Amino acid sequence: MLSEKNLHKIEELKKSYPTSQALVLPVLWMIQEEHGYISEESMKYSAQLLDVPFGHVLGVVTFYTMFHSKPIGKNHIEVCTNVSCMLRGSEKIVELLEKRLGIGLGETSKDKKWTLSEVECMGSCGTAPMLAVGEEYHENLTPEKLEKILSDLELK
Amino acid sequence: MQKLILPNIPGLHTIDVYESQGGYKAFRKALGMKPEEVTDEVKKSGLRGRGGACFPTGLKWTFMPKQTTKPKYICVNGDESEPGTFKDRQIFEFNPHLLIEGTLIGAYAMGVTTSFIYVRGEYGKWIRLLEKAIADAYAKGYIGTSILGSTFSTNIVVHKGAGAYICGEESSLMNSIEGMRGYPRVRPPFPAQFGLWGCPTTINNVETMCNVPLIIDHGWEWYSKIGAPKHPGPILVGISGHVNKPGVYELPTGVPLLEIIYKHAGGVPGDKKIKAVIPGGSSTMIMRGDQLEGACMDAESLKAAGSSVGTAGLIVMDEDTDLMKVIARISMFYYHESCGQCTPCREGTGWLWKILKRFEKGEGRAGDVDLLMDIANNIEGNTICALGDAAAWPVQSMIRRFRDEFEKRVKTVPPRMEQEAAA
Ligand SMILES: Cc1cc2nc3c(=O)[nH]c(=O)nc-3n(C[C@H](O)[C@H](O)[C@H](O)COP(=O)(O)O)c2cc1C
Ligand code: SF4
Ligand code: FES
Repeated sequence: MLSEKNLHKIEELKKSYPTSQALVLPVLWMIQEEHGYISEESMKYSAQLLDVPFGHVLGVVTFYTMFHSKPIGKNHIEVCTNVSCMLRGSEKIVELLEKRLGIGLGETSKDKKWTLSEVECMGSCGTAPMLAVGEEYHENLTPEKLEKILSDLELK
Repeated sequence: MQKLILPNIPGLHTIDVYESQGGYKAFRKALGMKPEEVTDEVKKSGLRGRGGACFPTGLKWTFMPKQTTKPKYICVNGDESEPGTFKDRQIFEFNPHLLIEGTLIGAYAMGVTTSFIYVRGEYGKWIRLLEKAIADAYAKGYIGTSILGSTFSTNIVVHKGAGAYICGEESSLMNSIEGMRGYPRVRPPFPAQFGLWGCPTTINNVETMCNVPLIIDHGWEWYSKIGAPKHPGPILVGISGHVNKPGVYELPTGVPLLEIIYKHAGGVPGDKKIKAVIPGGSSTMIMRGDQLEGACMDAESLKAAGSSVGTAGLIVMDEDTDLMKVIARISMFYYHESCGQCTPCREGTGWLWKILKRFEKGEGRAGDVDLLMDIANNIEGNTICALGDAAAWPVQSMIRRFRDEFEKRVKTVPPRMEQEAAA
């Protein structure tokens, strides 16, 4: 389920925390990074690995919005619509995204290439409007910039 | 003013440049002092927390028990999810060693064995930058066992969040580090007595910690003379919305809001008038544009103006802004982020949002404004954590200061139709 490298990292992390339960978030992050999402099977695996109940892991996965219990599109586009972004035109960005990708907020395209999510403030209010693709932030968006981002992703 | 937290020095994020600029000098100095002396210095400096509540930092540190057999912890709060706030990210990117140095000094002063720096999960890129800086500081012997030949040992660990605003609330943050859902805890007991794993814990914001080396390096007297006397120091003001040059500006506390907007952020595009300002992140009370004269970015001044400093995330709205849209969006945020433990917050935030959506669409009903006020008043002060208050304040202040905007959006139904609808 997890690579040797990550298993080693877990052993290292254990030294920093007094309980193994504290490793639930770090382990879930590792699983999501390796597999793209956190399946029920991997939740069971994490529970066993850290000696916590399965229900506990499930509870954690469902609480945090960044953990996905189902596969998502290859490109996860997160667009902020909170106040500062709204004041600088995020509505237009959302409209363009929906038109260009043919999906609405919260949806994944049929070919599993795109998932479009509306998100809360991402800490880019001074460079609004913004969107993130995975860990990559794209800021000060304009329609032209948006088109370039999407066509670059399409080629990947 | 000379920039102290985010000086414009190329390569400052690397340990070599940081050291060449006098970095870790303050930590060395602290190691030569008694721990109580360090805390005392911070206390006398007047430093107040930059995470939202402006709580005196030195005083908070004195709450940590001295005689205890338990390990002690620091949580550095880098959850930074309050809408309008984007300053801590600048520290991770441009001056991570200042944060590490401040944390180390705090750890020494309070006898802390491990400090956890909790960073929001979305900041993956910045987490890696911070982790690199920490690894370099370990390699140079600033973190670890018998630091710099002293008897002091301490560790620093980065903990990655996973997208929950509520985890910025200090007790929720601790539960998150413990590997649980981010549910805030009922207090008392307070973290200094019963924090992480039941041990004494102090929680401080990222920017707060960055002020500590400055205080130790230059002395409390020097520090206390920067900015507003009762809330001194440099402050990172993040300005967004309708201004020509949005961004993070390091300024002395007490700087007039109008100066921030017009002098530093280049004024409003198209020279439009300012309709409203949110001074310190979406949880703080909204102010009218004609209320800004004389209002300054410090706790006393903004309190007098009927708002607060919060995270110093200033959001500017020009005369054409649809405030009903703004307040509906803010309420949606709190509804979305409520953890659901307390009924007034869980239910109330949803009701507020639902009613405000009616106003956004121009379909407000007679009596809705009073209903909104009533709901907000019933959330405020009746919940486990301050998210409830944070959801109530924007609505209350919007009604108090912009009642006319609500009234314009009430759909007037002919009396007979209203009777029919009620039937
Ligand atoms: C809902 C909620 C969210 C919060 N989010 C943050 C945050 O992201 N960062 C932060 O430093 N403080 C946040 N706080 C404030 C913390 O609870 C705490 O007061 C602060 O971290 C203490 O640090 P300071 O004394 O240095 O300001 C939040 C509080 C609440 C109620
Ligand atoms: S006030 Fe809201 S967010 Fe805070 S504990 Fe209660 S339900 Fe959760
Ligand atoms: S409001 Fe969009 S990044 Fe802050």
